[in-house]
Order: sequence, then structure tokens, then C-alpha cells
Amino acid sequence: MGRIRNNFWGLSALGIGLLFIWAGIHRGEVFTVWNKAIYICLECIGIG
Amino acid sequence: MDRKQGTKQGRLRLGVQMIFAALTNGYVAGFLQGKIYQGTSKQLCLPGLNCYSCPGALGACPIGSLQAVLSSRNYGFSFYIVGFFLIIGALVGRLVCGWLCPFGLVQDLLHRIPLGKKRKKLPGHGWLRWLKYGVLGILVILLPLFVVDEVGQGSPWFCEYLCPSGTLFGGWPLLLVNEGLRSVAGWLFAWKNLILVALILLSVAVYRPFCQYFCPLGAVYSWFNKISLYRYQVDLKSCVNCGICQKSCPLDLPVFQIPNSGECIRCGKCKAVCPTGAIQSRFFPGNNEIIKGSPLERM
Repeated sequence: MGRIRNNFWGLSALGIGLLFIWAGIHRGEVFTVWNKAIYICLECIGIG
Repeated sequence: MDRKQGTKQGRLRLGVQMIFAALTNGYVAGFLQGKIYQGTSKQLCLPGLNCYSCPGALGACPIGSLQAVLSSRNYGFSFYIVGFFLIIGALVGRLVCGWLCPFGLVQDLLHRIPLGKKRKKLPGHGWLRWLKYGVLGILVILLPLFVVDEVGQGSPWFCEYLCPSGTLFGGWPLLLVNEGLRSVAGWLFAWKNLILVALILLSVAVYRPFCQYFCPLGAVYSWFNKISLYRYQVDLKSCVNCGICQKSCPLDLPVFQIPNSGECIRCGKCKAVCPTGAIQSRFFPGNNEIIKGSPLERM
């Protein structure tokens, strides 16, 4: 129990993170990320 | 545990940084042909500041991805990227900065150049270190979210006007090979190169100036250092307050007093040089970060 109490906030953040990832995938955010990442981002490389 | 241990540990970290950077940027054809990887692995974010327009990148940049989602007219919040930050932060905190970030590796290598006087921090460090939170709040979150065009689409302000990682890992490799891109490079590329050159020069003298003062990803992970499952601990029964940990720390942090400072990139040098082994790191520790006691209790 001591170990869990000592790591309560870390475990909570991990659990919420997993829920958020699931929600993000469910909302289709992954496609937005992928769509941005597979084409050359002119702003990112400094072309504008 | 001494200086030799510190050097050995430094070599190990450098090896891990190089291998991780090579593995996550291993699309060699991209460098040769001036194009970027388009596979499904780019749905996943890499933990460090790794530009997804780097020709070799096999994953997405979390800061670029956050701006992409926030600036999209479909979303006002990114569960996917915030969830990613929560998971990485909860597991290891800023260990990512010290061991897995390719732009951190570049700054580490630059700082090894034996040129001029080496400094751990800039004058005004106390308030300059807060700049990274401003960069995160303004350039990464607020401007992409609220400065939008007529169809509700925003821009990735941090990538566009500040990110030196994009210029170095994305801009230069692509422009060297791709003539079409070279022909359209204008004042913005000049501006970003000015930032990159300034940071390169500064990195030779000061340890990791971008990480310490500007990196929004470091700002995010810094909130997790105290609560992450992987944490540092100082055993006061062994600690003799010699201060060697602070002297050896490249960021000049008083590890024996604040073992999980938000500024710590968990390079591990303090652990390696501690003469009494009082500094430990554990995954899922059972004790508090400071284990109370006094060296007298050992006798």
C-alpha cells in the first residue's frame, strides 16, 4: 500500500493519460496528427 | 563512485542518445531523395523534440502535433497529445530531455567543443527559465488556438517562428536536396537560421540553452519530475553534504536538497559521482524523495 500511496499522482496521471489517448483516437485526432506529419510542413522547416 | 564513473555514465548516455536518434530518424531514403516518410508510424509521437518534417523521421513531433490539433477547426483540445504527455511524464518525466531528445543531443555535442569559457547558466537564469512556460502557453497553445483565418484554421506559431529543431533536422536536409524548396526559401528561413545560429553559438558556451530557457516540451515534462514513477531519491543517512552532486550537475542543481527539480533532465551524473552512493533512482519507489536520517546513524 505504501508504494501505491507514494506513487499515487504518477499512477493517476498514467491512468488519465491512457483514457485521454483512447478519447483522442476515438475523436479522430490521430488522423489530424498523421495528416500533418506525412506532408512536408513548410512552416516547420522555415519556408512559411 | 568518482569522476571515472561520471565519464563512463556520460559515454553511456551519449550512446543511448545517438542510437535513439538514429533509430527514430532512420528513413535513409528521405535524406537521399529530399522527401519525408509517410508510413503509419507517423500517427505516433516521439518523446523528444523531433521534427516530423525531418526526412528520416519515423514518428511525429509532439509539440508540432499539439499545434496541428489545436489549430484545426475541428478541435479545441487535444486528448491524444495531452494523453501522450501524461503517459510519458508519469513514467519518466524529463528523463526524455536527458536521454532521448535529438535536439538535446545536438546541444550536448556542441557544448563538448573545447572553445571559450563554459557556463552552466546565463545571467538572469532565475527569471529566464520561466520563458519556456511562456513559449508553451503563447506560441504552442494560445496563438494556434485563437489566431485563425476565415475558415477557422490556425497556424503552428512555435514551429513557424521559433523551433530550431525544425530548421536543423527538417529545413536544411530538405533544402540541400530539394531544389524546388530551395527556390521558395525567403525571409522566414533567414529568421529561423538566425535563431539556429544564435543557439548553436550559445550552446558551445552555455549548457543546453534551448532546453533551459525556450523548450515547450521541457516545460511540459518539468511538471512531472516530482510525481513520475521513475524518480531520484537522496538518502540522508549516507549523504555527507559534500555538494559534489551540485558541482558535477551540468545545470548546477542542488540535487541533495531537491532531487526531483523540474529543471533536472535526469542525466544521472550526480548519481555516478556521489562518493557515498546517497543518490539513487528508482522506478515505483517505496520511499519519499528525501530519506531522512543522518550520517551519524551509520556508525
